[in-house]
Formats: sequence, C-alpha cells, structure tokens
Amino acid sequence: MKFQKDKLFAVTQHRLSSFFETLAGLSIFSIRFSKEVFLPPYEGVEIRKHMIELGMKTLPIVGVTGFIIGLVMTMQLQPVLQRFGAEAFLPGAIAITIVRELGPVITALIFAGRVSSGIGAELGSMRVTEQIDAMEVSGVNPFRFLVVTRVVATTFILPILTVYVIFISLVGSYIAVVLVQNMTWEYFTGRVIFAVEFADAVPGILKTFIFGYIVGIVGAYLGFNAKNGTEGVGKASTTSVVASSLLILIFDMVLVKLTLWLWPTVK
Amino acid sequence: MVEIKDLHKSFDDLVVLNGVSFSVEMGQNMVVFGRSGTGKSVLLKCLIRLMIPDSGEIFIKDKNVLNLNRKELNDLRKDIGFLFQGSALYDSMSVRENLEFPLIRNFSLEQDEIDDRVHRVLEAVDLSDAIDKMPSELSGGMRKRVGLARSIITEPKLMLYDEPTTGLDPITSKEISTLIVDLQHAFKMTSIVVTHDVLCAKIIADCAIVLDGGHIVHEGTIEELLTAEDPFLKNFFSDEVINNNGRD
Repeated sequence: MKFQKDKLFAVTQHRLSSFFETLAGLSIFSIRFSKEVFLPPYEGVEIRKHMIELGMKTLPIVGVTGFIIGLVMTMQLQPVLQRFGAEAFLPGAIAITIVRELGPVITALIFAGRVSSGIGAELGSMRVTEQIDAMEVSGVNPFRFLVVTRVVATTFILPILTVYVIFISLVGSYIAVVLVQNMTWEYFTGRVIFAVEFADAVPGILKTFIFGYIVGIVGAYLGFNAKNGTEGVGKASTTSVVASSLLILIFDMVLVKLTLWLWPTVK
Repeated sequence: MVEIKDLHKSFDDLVVLNGVSFSVEMGQNMVVFGRSGTGKSVLLKCLIRLMIPDSGEIFIKDKNVLNLNRKELNDLRKDIGFLFQGSALYDSMSVRENLEFPLIRNFSLEQDEIDDRVHRVLEAVDLSDAIDKMPSELSGGMRKRVGLARSIITEPKLMLYDEPTTGLDPITSKEISTLIVDLQHAFKMTSIVVTHDVLCAKIIADCAIVLDGGHIVHEGTIEELLTAEDPFLKNFFSDEVINNNGRD
C-alpha cells in the first residue's frame, strides 16, 4: 500500500515537474519569437507559402464542419424558439452564437488538430534527422526560417478561415430554415445583419489571431525541441494537438471575460 | 586552422569528453577514431557550436568559437562544411533546392552563378541527373553524395565529416572516401573525419587520433596506429583490418 502511494507520488511529481518545465520552455520560446519576428530578413515568401498551404489543407474540413454546425444548430433551435413564438429571432440568434463563440472556437480546434500536429511532426522530424542542425551549420537561423514563418502564417490564416466558417455556417443555417419554412436569403441575411453588432463580430474575430498564434507556437515549440528519434516525433505531434486545444479553450474563457469587461455592450 | 584545448563535455553524470586537446594544420586531413558512444560526434558538434562544451577552448582560424556572437559565428560557419551521418537533406526540397539553399541565404550571387555552382558540385559528385529529384527518391549513397555536394557548394575552408561511410556497402564506401579526397584536393580544404571505417581512414587521413573514455588515447598516422602493439588498438582494429584486407 505504502509502495503504491510512493509510486503515485513519484509519478505525480514527475508529471508536474514535466508540465512546469514545458510551460517555462514554451514561455522562453514565445519570448524568442517576439524578438525574432521583428528582425530582418523578413521571410515574406515563406510566410505566404505556409499560409496558402495551411489554409488549403484546412479549408475543406472546416467548411464541412461549419456547414453541419449551422444546419444542426438551426434544426435544434427552431422547435425551441417555436415553442416560445420567437421564430423570427432564429437567424439572429444563430448568427450571434456562431460569430461570437462557435465559429472562432470550432475553427480553432479543428485547425489545432490539423495544423499543430502537422507542424509538430514536421519540425520534430527535421530535428531528429539533423536537418535543423544542418540549417544552423550553413549559417541560416532555423528559428526564423522554420518557426517564425509558421507561427506568423497560423496567426494570420486562422481569422480568414474563421470568417469563411461563419459564412458557411450561416448558409447551413439558412438551408435548415428553408427546409421547414419559407424564407428568402435576403430576409435571412437582413435579420443576421440586424442582429449582429460590431461588438459581436470584432472580439470574435480578434481572438482567432491569438488562437492561431497558440496553434503555431505550441506545434513549433514541441517539434523544434523533439528528442528521442521517431518516438519523440510522434509525441511532439500528439502533444501539440492536446496542448494547443487545451490552451485555446483556456484562453477563450479568459478572452470572453475580457471582452465583456472591455465592451460592456456585448451582453 | 583548428585548435582544441582541454575540452570537457558531460551529459548529466555521463562524462563524454574529458580534457581533449589537439590541433589540425591547414590542408591536413585528420581522422577521429573511437568506439560508439565515445563522443566523436559530440566533439564535431562542439567544434561548430551545435553543442556547448562544459569547459575548454576551441579555435578555428584563430577565432575562439565559444566567444563569438551570433553574427560572427554565422560568418565563421559559412567557411565550414558539415556532412552529417544521415546526410540531413531537407526533405521538402529537391536536390537543386537543397544545393541552392545555403547560397541564396548567405551570399548575394546572381542566379547564373548559383546555377553554375550547383551544376559544378553535382558534376563533382557524379549526380548531374539527380538535380530535380527529391531526397526520398535517392539511395543511401546518392544521399551522401548530395549531402557532400551541399557541404562544399559554399567552398568551405574546413570540412567536418560525421561517419561519411556508415551504412554504405564497401564499394560505395570506397567511392565516397575517394570522392572526399578528390574534393579535398580540388577545393584545398582542411578536414576532420569521424569514422570507424579503417578503409575510409586509410584513403583520407594524414593523421588520426583515437578517443576512449573521454580522452585521446593514441595519435599518429594510420599506419602507426594499425601496426601498434598496444592491446586496445590491436583489439579495436583487428576486425576492421581483416575486413579491409579482404576488400583490397
């Protein structure tokens, strides 16, 4: 019994110390990023290449997910609103939910699953096959070429994907509405525009810059520091998804509170 | 050209280098022997500051590598070529892009000059046909050759080779070793070669050192080491000598 207790204590201690070690490492890595991102040479071509690559890779899956979410949310909400005789509010209610919360968070989580693991695996594999060392030896700063470009790309591509997902979700929602009642697209979008205020849209989109940064920096950190061969690459890849998804949800919680505090009209 | 003084490097409790000192003259080819895990690759990585030693001094071209700032280190690295054990070709780039990469990043060269250098080094390693191939399409020997071509494309003064013939068959191994010597003469380079392939060492080396237990336990020419009466060296080289005689 005592042996089991000691073992449990040792495992907990090891996990906690490893967690704080990773957190400290990630913080130092982020500080290095914030220094290096403003230093020339600016890798515009690489950033654009990664933005296109990552955007194209995620576009189909986030599109399908957005469409289904819009459709299903509407199908679920319609009978509820009908019960209270508030069917007219359906487009507005759906739009506000998607713009403020569901669109940004769902897109970010899917993006994390698709991209963070990819970055972790790619850089991890480059680390264990000494490609990063080779880059450094040839006088090129691998941090700037591999990390900065990817993190900047994820930071700027996620908001674009989010806007796309919001639009597709609204299309899905409209189709769900049309299946059960007569409503023109013009009327639907009119209700949406009427309901969604500037203070709903802007914080929702702004926070996706932070989510994009999280996806990029977590994947890059774990991949760039991968150890122990192929096992390390696999670990970097899976841990990237778990860690970035968790951080997205934690930051979302903080950012929602912050938004409500900064824009009191968003209630 | 290269001078190392009292180099120490440990990983936790494991002492890998324990007071290693040696020097390599300009134009000389030195081979570093040692059993697996005796710190040969660590030594090479410390030389170019991919790893930071615990103590000691490293001078390359009279510059103390450990005291250089980032820019000075990068400038120095432009004069050094490094052939990694697994070649370390960039997977996502074609052979041409692999070769162009250090030139585009570090030198302000016209595209014509870059193309010219790419073709020249590929010809030197006899792989002109592979210019548009991806690394995944190349065999082990071809990868080594491309790795070698990428290392010499910047015309370095110092070449570091980490196990250049590991994993290759004896014929390809001999070809790579001969190629290294040919390039050495063509580009007038100094080199340090980490290996335990005696055949490779016989072809390349002007002098050699043997690492064991973190120290240099023997140094001299290859012939001196191969004919020495020391039990450790006899044991170390016995199998290799038999194999190489068989090959010759």
